[in-house]
Parts: sequence; structure tokens; C-alpha cells
Amino acid sequence: MRRANSDPGAARFLLIALLFAFVLFFLVFPVCVVVYEALRGGFALYFSALTADHSVSAIRLTLLVALAVVPLNTIFGVCAAWAVTHFKFRGKALLISLIEIPLWVSPVIGGLIFALIFGRQGFLGPWLDAHDIQIMFAYPAIVLATAFVTFPFVARGLIPLMQSQGSAEEEAALTLGANGWQLFWRVTFPKIKWGILYGMILCNARAMGEFGAVSVVAGSVDDRITMPLQIEQYFLNFGLQQAFALASLLLLLSALTLAIKIALEWRHLAPNIVHRH
Amino acid sequence: MVRFLRMNAVASLTEKSQSLDSVGIEETQTETITRPNRSRRILPGFHLTLGFTIFYLSAIVLIPLTALLLKTVTPTADYPSVLKVVGHVVRVVTDVRALDSYRLSFGLSFAAALLNGIFGFIAAWALVRYSFAGRRVLDALVDLPFAMPTSVAGLALTQVFAANGGYIGQWLNEMFGWKIAYTPWGILIALIFIGFPFVVRTLQPVLAELAAEVEEAAACLGANRWQTFRRVIFPAVSPALLTGVMLAFGRGVGEYGSIVFISSMIPYATEITPQLIIIKLEEFDYVGAAGLGLAMLVMSFGIVATVNLLQHFAARRKGTT
Repeated sequence: MRRANSDPGAARFLLIALLFAFVLFFLVFPVCVVVYEALRGGFALYFSALTADHSVSAIRLTLLVALAVVPLNTIFGVCAAWAVTHFKFRGKALLISLIEIPLWVSPVIGGLIFALIFGRQGFLGPWLDAHDIQIMFAYPAIVLATAFVTFPFVARGLIPLMQSQGSAEEEAALTLGANGWQLFWRVTFPKIKWGILYGMILCNARAMGEFGAVSVVAGSVDDRITMPLQIEQYFLNFGLQQAFALASLLLLLSALTLAIKIALEWRHLAPNIVHRH
Repeated sequence: MVRFLRMNAVASLTEKSQSLDSVGIEETQTETITRPNRSRRILPGFHLTLGFTIFYLSAIVLIPLTALLLKTVTPTADYPSVLKVVGHVVRVVTDVRALDSYRLSFGLSFAAALLNGIFGFIAAWALVRYSFAGRRVLDALVDLPFAMPTSVAGLALTQVFAANGGYIGQWLNEMFGWKIAYTPWGILIALIFIGFPFVVRTLQPVLAELAAEVEEAAACLGANRWQTFRRVIFPAVSPALLTGVMLAFGRGVGEYGSIVFISSMIPYATEITPQLIIIKLEEFDYVGAAGLGLAMLVMSFGIVATVNLLQHFAARRKGTT
């Protein structure tokens, strides 16, 4: 006999079938297409697409951008989480809301705001021009726009984690004579290191894959664009095979990200960050 | 992505726990420390961490966003008075081309969010309620659109749906004469892909927390399974469903990366608002671009405010039952 809160067999079968159909068709199939298209011409062509000058410079710039953005946002995330979870101050709720702004703002706006400051007709544009300082269409603007888009990623994971851990152990360490630095590295850091890594992984994936914000500040100058923009350039110039080769690298990155994220959620962070059933 | 909405509630929790920390120590220290505010803070690093937080927040988020606002009222060579600048902003923001782009951006995002409401509900229900082979793998795959760069998604979907040589698009075109890529339908498909996880991840915890006793009670009172679903389960999870749909909607409105590939971006027809902003920038109409950016910002803020209201409403209802 069927239990009162279980569904009829037919409905059950239909819903599971629909779920499989949707996930396979919408999520898995496009992934297979990327891999197939990238490798269709054989490995030799695949590697020559990846080692082409444009590809190499795009990969290099993407790595350099992530190398600047991820540490910056991580330091910010740890500071913000420390301030918000260990102290009481006026405007705390407002601060938390402000940190989340980049999550609901369009990435294009994330690029636009820096163009309005550093662009030719921006607030600092004429001054920068006069002093021959290049920010727009160069590394600094790409870093800023990417930092905006990935801004809350580390803080957002750490705040609930540190919230659930409380301040008791830090206070105990303080009474035992630890100074601030020892307190952080010996007591707090071991408790939050997986949370930091979790945030860094997500931040890195988004930083390397960001398109909208970077496309505004990077334009389409060759040698000065990141991987997602180079994919578009290849695509527009009928270099479909190169586009897919570069896309397969980013796909590998997202697969790795997903794997590490799931491993962290299951092993270390289950009750805190993740509300999985 | 969904979790950040809970943080507002978390903030009030911290304040509670912090008030416990200040007990006792104050009495002995008030004579030596003149500023009583400081003596309440036991742990070190308050000024350092809060200082850096506010500095970095200002540098990356607040000051640049203020620049957006200022740009719409600052006179330039082309528009020498405040009135003229504001006039130009109003003209650009209410231009037919802009209005068409809002209609496309918001209309398609809304349609995609509604469809994701249906697909997401089915997916979340099956993932939470049933156990079957491959459930954990499917559950993990739901996060794929979060992890995948939008340009990769756009490139792949274009290759699938292009009428000329696409894996499915070619066939759809030959059989039915349907064109998906480079039409609004292509944008819709990209937006469904992007928004799908929001609905699933918002619904899953709520469906999992639903008490089995309530359904059993409904069955005892003579309801059949469909009545139980419609009268008992659906009302309980509808705030979460709406929240997920609104989150997908908000994400879709700002989406650009995947749409660049799958849309032809023809003015008045398949041009979304983010694209129009970039075009204005390329035409060196910074004031117009700032105006459109501000318009999008205001509309996104409206969506976020709605989400927060829904959460508030859901929390209150949970408290009363």
C-alpha cells in the first residue's frame, strides 16, 4: 500500500523522466558539444589552436587578472567577515546589504561605472590622458571591473560560517595571552580555512569567466583581452574551432570548480555554508 | 547565489550574541579608558578590519556607483548645463530604441523565469522527494550554469540551435521552418539556461523541510494526492518558488555574455538593454550610457526589493503557523 505522502507511480516516473530530459538536453548536451567541437579536428589542431598567439596572450591575461582579483577579494572577505561577526556597530545590516550590491547589478554596469571614471569622457579621463596613464582598455580596468563583479564571493560564504562558530574560542585564546596575529592564525584560520578556499574557488571561476563587465572596459583590442572575450573574437572571425578550443579550457575550469565545491560541501562545510537536505 | 538573501537576518543574530560579550568587563575598565565604546570590544582588530572593509567597498563599489549617478547630472561640453544633461538622459532613457530594449530584456527574462519556475519546481520536487539512480549526479549538475562562464554557454547553445548547421537548429529549421538562434527565441533559451539553478536551489531546502505530518493529515481528512498538493503543499512553498523566479528574473535582466553569441543584436528587434549601453559608450555618449545604466540599476533594485519583501512575508507566515 502507498504511504499518504508519496506520489502515484506514474507521476513519479513522469517527473523523474522530465528532470533527466531537461538536465541532459539543456545542461549536459551543450557541454558535450563544446568538447566534441574542440576535438573534432584532432589533437594536433586542438593544441595548435591553444598555442596560437591570441590564445596564449588571452590565457596569460586571464591568469594575471585572477591572480590580482582573487587575493584582493579574499583579504576583503576575511576582514569583512571578522568585523561583521565579532563586533557590534551601528550600520552593520547596511554594510552587509552594500557588500551584496554586485550580485544583483548587471555585469555590464560593473564595467560601465569604471568606464565613466577612467574613459576618455570620464571624470578622470582628461587628466589620465594628459599624464599618459593607461587604465581603460588595459590591465588595471579589467582588474577593477572583475573585482567589482566577484566582490562578495568570499565574504558571502565566510560570514554565515563565522557566525555559526561564534567568538568564544577567540576570547579564550585572548585570556591565555595570545596577541591579535596569533589569535587569527592559530585559532580562527584553522576553523575557516575551508570556507576561505570555498569562496576563493567560486571567486576564481567567476573572475576567469567574466564577460560582460570586462567587455566594456577591455574593448576588442587584440592582445589585451581575456579568454571569454577572445572566444567571442574567434567566433566573430569564423575561427569556430579556436573558439571551442579556448571554451574547452574554461569548461575544464568550471568542471574542476564544481568538483572542488562539491567535495568541500560534503566534507567540511555541510552544516554551515550549505543548506543541503 | 540564493544564500546571500539570508544574511540580513543573520545580522540581527550577531547583535544578540555580541551583547553577551560586553558583560562584566566594562565595570573594571571604565576608569582607565575614557571611551566606553571601545572597552566593549574584546577581540582585537576592529578598526583594522572594518577600516579595510569600508575602504575596499568604497573603492570598488560605492564610489564607482556614485560616478554613475553623478554622470547623469554633470554638465559636459555637449550639454553645458545640468538641465540639458538631465534632458538628454531622459531623452535617451525614454527613446523608442531604449523602450524596445527594455521590453525585450524584461519580457524575455520574465518569460524565461516563469518557465524556469515550472522546470525548476519539477526538478526540485524530483530531487528532494524521490530516490533514484543518478540523483546525486543530477543534483550536482544543476549548479553547472553557475560554474560555467556565460560565453562558453552562449557559444555552445548557438552551435546547438543555429539554423544553419546547428545540431538541433538545422533539423528544426528543415522540419518546421523554426529559427531559434539569432531570434528572440535564442535569447529565451540562453536565459532559461542561466536562470535554472536559482529556482531549484531556492526550492530544495523548503521542500525538504516540509513536514510529512501535514500531508498525512490532509490525506486523513480525505484529500486525494492532487488536492493535497494544490491546497497544502503548493501554498507552503509558493513564497520560495516566487523568490526563485524573481532571482532568475533579476539575473536574466542583466545577462549579457551568453546573449552576445546567440542574438543578432538588431536594433528595435533583438537588442537587449546591456547591449544598448555598450553601443552608447562606443558612440562616446557617456551621459546616455550612464542614464541607461541608472535606469537598469533602479529596475534591478526594484526586483531585489521584491525578493526581500517576499522573504520577509515568508518568514512572517512561518512564524504564525
